[in-house]
Amino acid sequence: MSVSSTTPATTAEELSEGGRRELPQKRAKAALSEGKRQERRLGWLLCAPAALVMVAVTAYPILYSFWLSLQRYDLKFPSEREFVWFANYATVLSNGYWWTAFGVTLLITVVSVAVELVLGMALALVMHRTLIGRGLVRTSALIPYGIVTVVAAFSWRYAWTPSTGYLANLLSDGAPLTERASALSIIILAEIWKTTPFMALLLMAGLALVPEDLLKAASMDGASAWQRFTRVMLPVMKPAILVALLFRTLDAFRVFDNIYVLTNGANETSSVSMIAYNNLMKGLNLGIGSTMSVLIFLAVAIIAFVFVKLFGTAAPGSSDEGRR
Amino acid sequence: MATLDTGPRAKLKWGLLDAVVVVFALIPVLWVVSLSLKTTATLTDGNFIPREWTLDNYRLIFQTDQFVRALINSIGIALISTLIAVVLGTMAAYAISRLDFPGKALLVGVSLLIAMFPQVSLVSPLFNIERQTGLFDTWPGLILPYITFALPLAIYTLSAFFKQIPWDLEKAAKMDGATQAEAFRKVIAPLAAPGVFTTAILVFIFCWNDFLFAISLTSTEQSRTVPVALSFFTGASQFEDPTGAISAAAVVITIPIILFVLFFQKRIVAGLTSGAVKG
Repeated sequence: MSVSSTTPATTAEELSEGGRRELPQKRAKAALSEGKRQERRLGWLLCAPAALVMVAVTAYPILYSFWLSLQRYDLKFPSEREFVWFANYATVLSNGYWWTAFGVTLLITVVSVAVELVLGMALALVMHRTLIGRGLVRTSALIPYGIVTVVAAFSWRYAWTPSTGYLANLLSDGAPLTERASALSIIILAEIWKTTPFMALLLMAGLALVPEDLLKAASMDGASAWQRFTRVMLPVMKPAILVALLFRTLDAFRVFDNIYVLTNGANETSSVSMIAYNNLMKGLNLGIGSTMSVLIFLAVAIIAFVFVKLFGTAAPGSSDEGRR
Repeated sequence: MATLDTGPRAKLKWGLLDAVVVVFALIPVLWVVSLSLKTTATLTDGNFIPREWTLDNYRLIFQTDQFVRALINSIGIALISTLIAVVLGTMAAYAISRLDFPGKALLVGVSLLIAMFPQVSLVSPLFNIERQTGLFDTWPGLILPYITFALPLAIYTLSAFFKQIPWDLEKAAKMDGATQAEAFRKVIAPLAAPGVFTTAILVFIFCWNDFLFAISLTSTEQSRTVPVALSFFTGASQFEDPTGAISAAAVVITIPIILFVLFFQKRIVAGLTSGAVKG
């Protein structure tokens, strides 16, 4: 989707940028006219507030969090505050609860994202190709996306509560939310219901890039529907699929709201976000809570890094913005 | 697949698929509505459709300070955060899509990083920082993180919209004798407004939705938002089951979302898909 917003000015700047890289500074300074300098200043000025807020509210706290994670710091015993280097990391990483939560988080992430990819693709095809009621389908699909997660979680909780819920009564007579396997399934179900439409919308954006002529040509050549899907659509959609997977994976890894409402982490259904929250709010242990914060940050960074390696040039920002 | 087929059979097939999607999307919402309309006696009968209807649950929650106060907090905090995020986002997105300056790629990169940032990692440090600065349990204490996490969304969506605006029209208007201000007000602003409006909706939904920050950075009714208040509901008395009240409150905070989706479906879809695939 190239849009003709590239004004002559940008092209000229691109050229001068290319020249600057080859020649030393002197030439570059001469090439900066008064107008260009003003443009730069305006650009910085306009971006400064947004950049400042973003950095101040994320970069500083995460560094501060690292600093806190090196200390024994329990708000119940503030006088025992002490610098302990990496002792907190040893405590957390040798703790069974942490690894259980880590496993639960990975399980929820992998299963829900995999199911969402399949369902999201199906929903994207329906939203993109349906012959009738396109507006109705899109409107309905946006409701799970927009609804407050806590509201949806309560709906699922009551649906599975014995005697209150329509689903609990359909099935056997247990209390599904109090057994680990069924509780985890319900958490995953709630996640899938809530975020499949988002996945589908991102995939639909990729679907819109598939040239209709190509599909027609393929079908003339005798390609079956499945072949058209795997050989024509999927390759064109690859960047969109990777973006959708990246965003949903990172989002799923942060799962908190659904678990909080559905089980409150009982029966070993806590995610890493849940136990980090509990350590802080119930345990009032800033040192351990911060250690978990840093570990979750690292885990997310690793996931993002792996995805960006997979992306290559298809990473959002790199191909579009980075070129300039 | 029906790429070429548009006959009645294809229509029927798509109609059935549509129906599956609609049912799948709406059932959990209808269930909460149903629960909120049940009487206390029929609340636990497990019927999807209430046998006895009542508005008591709604009457009850609007009589409690707990809910009304939380609703005011939710609306106020979400509106202020949206306003600030959209203003700052518009400025940055304009610069990204129109101006050339060093550090542009860096800003885009930073916003992408923040879009992927695990919010729970900020809970511990922000809790302590806000406790020490007096921001804990106040509106600004929630507005700040909301703006931060809404900005990447705003910047991406707005840049995508701004890149599609034919900016040469501005030049043309000036050549026809319009001043800079007139050119902006009469030509550019009307073209940019839909994008800004769409972004505002997406940002509002994001702020309206948040639970993690709201539950970690508040402690009293003074700044608790509705999603958090819901999880603290106890019913009229301590021994009363709060299911009905929670359901009614849940329906109330779902109404704005339903309205947005009903009236601005096309814009929301355009906004979500435009910023997403620029690769």
